[in-house]
Amino acid sequence: MYKYDQYDQTIVDARVEEFREQVGRRLSGELSEDQFKPLRLMNGLYLQLHAYMLRVAIPYGTLDSRQMRMLAHIARKYDRDYGHFTTRQNLQYNWIKLEDAPDILADLASVEMHAIQTSGNCIRNISSDQFAGAAADEVEDPRPWAELLRQWSTFHPEFSYLPRKFKIAVIASDQDRAAMRLHDIGLQVVRNNKGETGFKFYVGGGMGRTPIVAPLISEFVPATDLLSYTEACLRVYNRYGRRDNIYKARIKILLHEIGADEYRRQVEEEFAHVKTLGLDPPASEFERIAAHFAPPAWESGLPDTVDRSNVDFAQWVDQNVTAHKAPGYAVVTISLKPIDGIPGDASSAQIDLMADLAETYSFDELRVTHAQNIVLPNVRKADLLTMWQKLVDAKLADANIDLVTDIIACPGLDYCSLANARSIPVAQKIAARFADPARQRDIGELKLKISGCINACGHHHAGHIGILGVDRKGTENYQLLLGGSGAEDASLGKIAGPGFDEDGIVDAVERTIEKYRDLRQEGERFLDTYRRVGMDPFKEAIYG
Amino acid sequence: MKIVTGNDLETGAVTWWSGDGWSLHIADAVDVGAHGEAIAATEEATRRVNAPYVIEADATSQGPRPAHIKDRIRAVGPTVRLDLNIKPADPTAGSWVI
Ligand code: SF4
Repeated sequence: MYKYDQYDQTIVDARVEEFREQVGRRLSGELSEDQFKPLRLMNGLYLQLHAYMLRVAIPYGTLDSRQMRMLAHIARKYDRDYGHFTTRQNLQYNWIKLEDAPDILADLASVEMHAIQTSGNCIRNISSDQFAGAAADEVEDPRPWAELLRQWSTFHPEFSYLPRKFKIAVIASDQDRAAMRLHDIGLQVVRNNKGETGFKFYVGGGMGRTPIVAPLISEFVPATDLLSYTEACLRVYNRYGRRDNIYKARIKILLHEIGADEYRRQVEEEFAHVKTLGLDPPASEFERIAAHFAPPAWESGLPDTVDRSNVDFAQWVDQNVTAHKAPGYAVVTISLKPIDGIPGDASSAQIDLMADLAETYSFDELRVTHAQNIVLPNVRKADLLTMWQKLVDAKLADANIDLVTDIIACPGLDYCSLANARSIPVAQKIAARFADPARQRDIGELKLKISGCINACGHHHAGHIGILGVDRKGTENYQLLLGGSGAEDASLGKIAGPGFDEDGIVDAVERTIEKYRDLRQEGERFLDTYRRVGMDPFKEAIYG
Repeated sequence: MKIVTGNDLETGAVTWWSGDGWSLHIADAVDVGAHGEAIAATEEATRRVNAPYVIEADATSQGPRPAHIKDRIRAVGPTVRLDLNIKPADPTAGSWVI
């Protein structure tokens, strides 16, 4: 894992003290809310329906146990004993007092964390593949590149006031576990036929009001040009992105308006200039960063099999355990989607327990996934059973990863001031309807994603089944979308028809799934069947 | 009726104008008639409450009930964590909100 150097620590500490002073001026009445709001947002502090909300950055979703314990400590001491893991691989606290915010940021800084650039029209927290460094299918660990981009983008003076927020994801596998093409810039680490490392650049993706799957802008940007090329991409956007209309300000709209070819031409032109500025670091600097991500000391000669005699355990292994690149090891995904729970929420005790498990069983590493679960990336297969038993005791052993109850849901109208409708109760009702584990397994992979408004924090466009909460004359209403995907086969869901009330949407989801079970052919997931047969049979089943 | 609501500066908690100050309990909210905007402006100027605004509410036997679901949820707390509500685990909270 990356460790702060003196520069990282100094800028984070300085920011805490600056914010402490700003909070003091607000509390004394010297600053009005209008004056203070941009300052608090720069430090991740929002005002939601019931209280201040603090969004903590978790760079590329990677944490160690010390940081995870600090998250639990803050939840316990300053909040209401829980935190919410988000689709941006971050963590949000829902009940923060303004006067506590500087102390919380100081606590975070003590473990090399912060809330900087978790809001505002800047480059946000860089996201990545939650299996990075462990995935059997990766070209290399994408996180050193994500870290390089993090350092480049932190307090980047030219890109602190972009037309709109800007999200970057970096992956290194053909399998996309980070919804890479639904980011403003999606990067895939690849090797060319000479074995050199470089990046596929996808630019202009995103969800929200105008969902777009990012087009490919460059097939291969050499690794030595990463920062210059990214800078060129941002410069063209910063120059021509619209600032007159918030709904048209994201880079996806610029690309849509001028076309990918023209955008590419302008980026190439800008790149030719930027490359002369010496922005890309020398190899030694990249190697310094990469050394922090050296693989842990995996043991060799470990047994590569798992005792499956406990049926519940075996089912959990089938659903929540993924192949690791090192023999004898496995990647474990801990579900934060219990049937009667709140997607992404974890109590302080659960956060502490996951930290303990990471320390004992996973070389001290955890990851947050964009699907709001937690990954222990380096677990010996021989330890899986013992670890699972501890997860069972902590009510963290749901064997439902990528099944219908592994629902992504944004906070919605229960917490969020921008919401039109509640997301969490809908997720809970659907989870309850499909609670039977055998039924879930029979349905198979099905990604269900719910947003409480068009901003799409719940990735509803990218759900195999997506649900969007809308406000219909003051009452909550839910639209059903089918056929989206945030994976390597990225696609956008289409609206099935008129919306439903809360109970109606649960029935509509069930009718959709039952129709799939009628229609599916051998080996087909819901998404495959939908793509083969199209919307009509489902529409008929839903609306009759 | 019209009532005024905002979020407390220090805690961010939802507050309701009670006629001579701010209360955490919507039952204390008073009908401000045509004076809502003026009260909101005056109170905002004192910088103790964030972004106060005027809403429509129905006068009921249990006190004011906001017309919009967003403000009903603000009055009670998250509908999915009744244990954190202003009146923890009030069994009537759910039906009041919806
Ligand atoms: S999608 Fe809308 S309701 Fe949900 S968290 Fe984002 S802004 Fe809030």
